[in-house]
Amino acid sequence: MIFHLPDFTVGYFPVYSVLIIRITVKPDSTEEIALLQRLAKHDRQATETIYKLYYNMVQSLILNNNGSFDDARDIFQEALIVLYEKARSGTFTLNCQLKTYLYSVCRRLWLKKLQQQQHYLPEMNGMEDMVPVEEDLEAHQQRNAEFQMMEKALLHLGEPCRSLIEAFYLQKRNMTEIASHFGYTNADNAKNQKYKCLMRLKKLFFAEYKNNNV
Amino acid sequence: MEELKLLDAIERYLNGEMQPDEKTQFEQRRKDDPELDHRVVEHAMFLQQMDQYCEGKRFRNTLHDIHHELLATGAIKEVPRKATIINLWKKYKRVVAVAASIAGITALSISIITYYFTPNGNISEIQKLSQQFKQLENSQRQTNRELNNLKESTKPAAQAKVGGTGFLVDGKGYLVTSAHVVTNADSVYLQNVKGEYFKAGTIYINHLSDIAVLKITDDRFQPVKQLPYSIQKNPAALGEEIFTLGFPRPSSEIVYNRGYLSAGTGYNGDTLAYQIAISANPGNSGGPIFNEDGDVIGILSGKQITAEGVFFSSRSKNIFTALQEIRKDSTMEDRIKLPQTSSLKSLDRTQQIKKIEECVFMVKSY
Repeated sequence: MIFHLPDFTVGYFPVYSVLIIRITVKPDSTEEIALLQRLAKHDRQATETIYKLYYNMVQSLILNNNGSFDDARDIFQEALIVLYEKARSGTFTLNCQLKTYLYSVCRRLWLKKLQQQQHYLPEMNGMEDMVPVEEDLEAHQQRNAEFQMMEKALLHLGEPCRSLIEAFYLQKRNMTEIASHFGYTNADNAKNQKYKCLMRLKKLFFAEYKNNNV
Repeated sequence: MEELKLLDAIERYLNGEMQPDEKTQFEQRRKDDPELDHRVVEHAMFLQQMDQYCEGKRFRNTLHDIHHELLATGAIKEVPRKATIINLWKKYKRVVAVAASIAGITALSISIITYYFTPNGNISEIQKLSQQFKQLENSQRQTNRELNNLKESTKPAAQAKVGGTGFLVDGKGYLVTSAHVVTNADSVYLQNVKGEYFKAGTIYINHLSDIAVLKITDDRFQPVKQLPYSIQKNPAALGEEIFTLGFPRPSSEIVYNRGYLSAGTGYNGDTLAYQIAISANPGNSGGPIFNEDGDVIGILSGKQITAEGVFFSSRSKNIFTALQEIRKDSTMEDRIKLPQTSSLKSLDRTQQIKKIEECVFMVKSY
């Protein structure tokens, strides 16, 4: 990864933020784009690279603004999920540096969390917006809500249905394997059981879904 | 069952797993039956949601793994944040410096001013007074010494090594005290409240229960006909009010203290002892612990250094054990007889003490 940025410490970042955006209007970002394409394909190596490059930056941002290690980890991981979703959506155009993008997302997310905790909003170092990320965050919020709904539905589903569904859809194991693992006599039996569970899960999920969309 | 088959068909259709002719048939049915169509759409949407969920879940798991892996390999570090205080300090360093110097200057000038304006004539007078006080004290001490000399003609010349308290368990001149008071003693002297000295010999020591039995060997000792208190054989009850008499002061003045029984066992669950809460000092060791009725329930033995106000007392039952062992071991002609009845019941505490104090002795071992 090559940056044409002077390596400012986070504390001094905002002072130069306008400058940075101007510099990076046309970023030389072929490498970053390649990285994002790999991220979209759920490439572990790429994810790890991004993690290594930017985690410390985000950590010092959060820590310097009343956050803890756990906050830093949560915020950074959520930002990576936003990035991942955006990369997968196919409409992603990187019109700024990856660093700037992640930094802006984390900043927004953290501000929001502080608001939720009803902290007074401190005049925080490095808290000016760097690139607008509102739209991405809204899309993320929608997806996140759906994610939570499914998680909740699965939680209410109970065992062994939950494990069965997860084995089939999440771990993508085939029916014969599942049948032997869960102790069904044959794949058809397991399949029937799966459909029964699926029906219940659908009911739970759509009930939740309607609740949230009314 | 119907329902399951339908679901299976829908899922196979959506996954493109149907044979071509089955597929056309299904599509025909879908056109004819709006309800089926609705179900297909709904299921497609659900499957997409499921897909997204699985996607998200897998990515989240990966992130979690990566975080821990990187932490373990040290690629990322949880650097402690610069504390707010440090930030504040950096910000207000100059202000603090200015404030501190102003405060320093003010303090200095105030102390200089006070120094200049304080009248300094009184000091010598105060000193004089204190000297006079010392002179008084000295003469008083001299008088005391003379008085004591009269009484203590038989007093041993050397200073006592260890001091403690003991009490009569038989009017003929047998006393009980703590073992640690008379350990390593060349000779043991007793002093009563009147200041009279008696020589005594140790006839029994048990370090485990911290009990020693002494016998007064001096001829001048006049046996006490009946001891006012009795020795209790049964264990005492938790929370019982207790009091003790002892000689914590170097002068032969008897000191009274009271407290309560705070635990049925001693240090680390020692069943030979009780834990008591009382205010006592070195010199109280070996003193009798009485309950309200004036029965001896224990012998004060020590305090726990690591805790406040925790004292331990050997159980009175240990006295009985000691006497049994003495009887076994020795060929003493006169047997020690423990007092059976207490004449202190329902007396005032002051009257109780008045009766008891003659039977309590200061133990000095040399």
